[in-house]
Amino acid sequence: MKTQLVHLSSRLWALIRLLSTDDAYERYLAHRARHHAAEPLLDRRAFYLCEQEHKWNGVKRCC
Amino acid sequence: MAKILWWAVAILGAFALGGIALHRGETINAMWIVVAAVCIYALGYRFYSAWIAAKVLSVDPARTTPAIRLNNGRDFVPTHRWIVFGHHFAAIAGPGPLIGPTLAAQFGYLPGTLWILAGGVLGGCVQDMTILFLSTRRNGRSLGQIAREELGPVGGYAAMLGTLVIMIILIAVLGLVVVNAMRHSPWATATVFSTIPIAILVGLYLRNIRPGRVLEGSLIGVVLLLLAVVGGGVVDSHPQVRAMFDYAGEPLAWFVIVYGFIAAVLPVWLLLAPRDYLSTFLKLGTILLLAIAVIVMRPELKMPAVTQFIDGTGPIFGGAVFPFVFITIACGAVSGFHALIASGTTPKLISSEADIRLVGYGSMMLESGVALMAIIAATLLEPGVYFAINSGPGVVGATAEAAVATISSWGFPVTVELMQSLAREMGETTLFARTGGAPSLAVGMASIFSSAFGQGLLALWYHFAIMFEAVFILTTLDAGTRVGRFMLQDLFGHFSPSLGRTSWYPSVLLSSALIVAGWGYFLYIGVVDPNGGINILWPLFGISNQLLAGIALCIATGIIIKQGKLRYAWVTAVPLAWLAIVTTTATWQKVVSTDPRVGFLAAADQLATKLASGVLPPAQADVAPQLIFNQRLDAGLALLLTGLLWVVIADTLRVSWRVRQGLPVPPSSETPAIAMAQVRT
Repeated sequence: MKTQLVHLSSRLWALIRLLSTDDAYERYLAHRARHHAAEPLLDRRAFYLCEQEHKWNGVKRCC
Repeated sequence: MAKILWWAVAILGAFALGGIALHRGETINAMWIVVAAVCIYALGYRFYSAWIAAKVLSVDPARTTPAIRLNNGRDFVPTHRWIVFGHHFAAIAGPGPLIGPTLAAQFGYLPGTLWILAGGVLGGCVQDMTILFLSTRRNGRSLGQIAREELGPVGGYAAMLGTLVIMIILIAVLGLVVVNAMRHSPWATATVFSTIPIAILVGLYLRNIRPGRVLEGSLIGVVLLLLAVVGGGVVDSHPQVRAMFDYAGEPLAWFVIVYGFIAAVLPVWLLLAPRDYLSTFLKLGTILLLAIAVIVMRPELKMPAVTQFIDGTGPIFGGAVFPFVFITIACGAVSGFHALIASGTTPKLISSEADIRLVGYGSMMLESGVALMAIIAATLLEPGVYFAINSGPGVVGATAEAAVATISSWGFPVTVELMQSLAREMGETTLFARTGGAPSLAVGMASIFSSAFGQGLLALWYHFAIMFEAVFILTTLDAGTRVGRFMLQDLFGHFSPSLGRTSWYPSVLLSSALIVAGWGYFLYIGVVDPNGGINILWPLFGISNQLLAGIALCIATGIIIKQGKLRYAWVTAVPLAWLAIVTTTATWQKVVSTDPRVGFLAAADQLATKLASGVLPPAQADVAPQLIFNQRLDAGLALLLTGLLWVVIADTLRVSWRVRQGLPVPPSSETPAIAMAQVRT
């Protein structure tokens, strides 16, 4: 019961992080490691700034 | 067994809908609307959207999506369907579905409710899902690009021009809503002002202190925002500090204009991005809270099902229930703006075509539900109070006594004392003539929240609701100005390559200034207009939003016909025809009606006559020439927008006719099918 609850809450936490893009950098690292292991990486801050610039380049919010 | 269950849902839905439509008592419980809505959405999703996906669109889960094929870990990322749903819903749900239904409540609760339900299930959800599907099949291309490739350049340019105009009108009207909520309200003004340094603080935190820790930053920001609501109350209680935040409409309009310009040229990480995180959390939290409160409280709606104002004499905006309820409620029923999102970020995240139904149809259903909550919050107020808050001084009279006399004479009794005590409870000096929908929605929300979660906190709930609306209105304002800026820079790029560079500072300043001047003009006129401004701007916004929906549905219909599925074309053609009828009738009335409360030109002429004969008080005479010019400009703009729609309809008919005749048409721009099995190695 307790382990189930822990499991459930950790999944919920992972979902919240995913939805809010809190884990974007970790996902970026994983993606790079899988597909472009040899190439240089952005640090956390450079990645965040780059993501924001990219995100707000178009119609992103509605009426 | 499942069949029996669905029949039960259908019968329950029909029963609840019948109850709403035929009920003619004093009040009706909001649960009737909730039950009818849940049943109708369930049926629409289970049967209509499934049928469209299978038969009309031929959704193929075995086919790869651009997210799988072009996965680059950035724009193209295969994402779990519920996550895409969350992102898509957060993107489409702005302040529109809260404001439109609040204004349309002047017709009673019934017309708006029926349109939100029918328009949503048969129109808006279908549009969103279809455009999302078409864009997913075309590597996530934008609406304008799809129009150009499938119909020809005419449709493409019309979509682009329509987008630019809608953006300008939208920002102006939203700016006006915020100004009206802050006008002579130190509490609201102090709270809304403080959201700016709070957003900047979160921006700095997310960049310098703990880069990218979105949840931490947002949590800090939300706590600070809640403190700002309380702090606004402290400001309000100190006479000297209070005076520093007590402004009339015009300086507030200038504040919003200058703010909009600065926000558009600042780096996004500093203000726009952190504000958006905060507004998304607030939005989801508040909507959830409102839904829970409505279900817990089961409030009685005090507004009649249908008021006498369906004949066009309404105080909030002029015009009969047809066509104006369909213009006033755009977001929440059919919103063309969604087609831009559905052909933007979302299609690049879809990991299987099977998810399109949930993301496209499902998100719009939820937004339609938000619109219903807004209508419930507006109609649970005493009708007299609702009209006193939402009617401009030019309509009901400039003094409190005159306003209550006018409103009571309509059969909606209200007294000065009642309004004063309500204002006191909400922590305001007055609630009269707070047009724009946000304050009356805030009063409605505050009454539900305080009765569900604790009496006596009315003033806090009211200003929380105002802050919540202002935060995401300002997000739309920032984001919209930036989009307009990019569009202008794109256009300038055709003439001068350096002006087309989005990061070249002179070009950034010039294009941002032009966009801000565009909406700033309409905002300023709206603020000085004694009739409240909303009555002019909101219909114009509705027309432009429905125009964009019309263009999107044209593209969808044209493509369905090109694919040889003429017999299914009605799925998008019927909502298209309805929107064409509605927008054309509305434009016609707005232009040629001889009633100055409806017709732009009639209003301009009436004001010109008054000005010439010298009966206007000096303050009004000063702004009259601007108002006269503006009404004529609005008439021209409405004609231009509807003209654009008909050009695109004609273009769609031309392409469809050529298909029937077997003549050459632009080839399908769909990317060739690649099976999932071929990609997954």
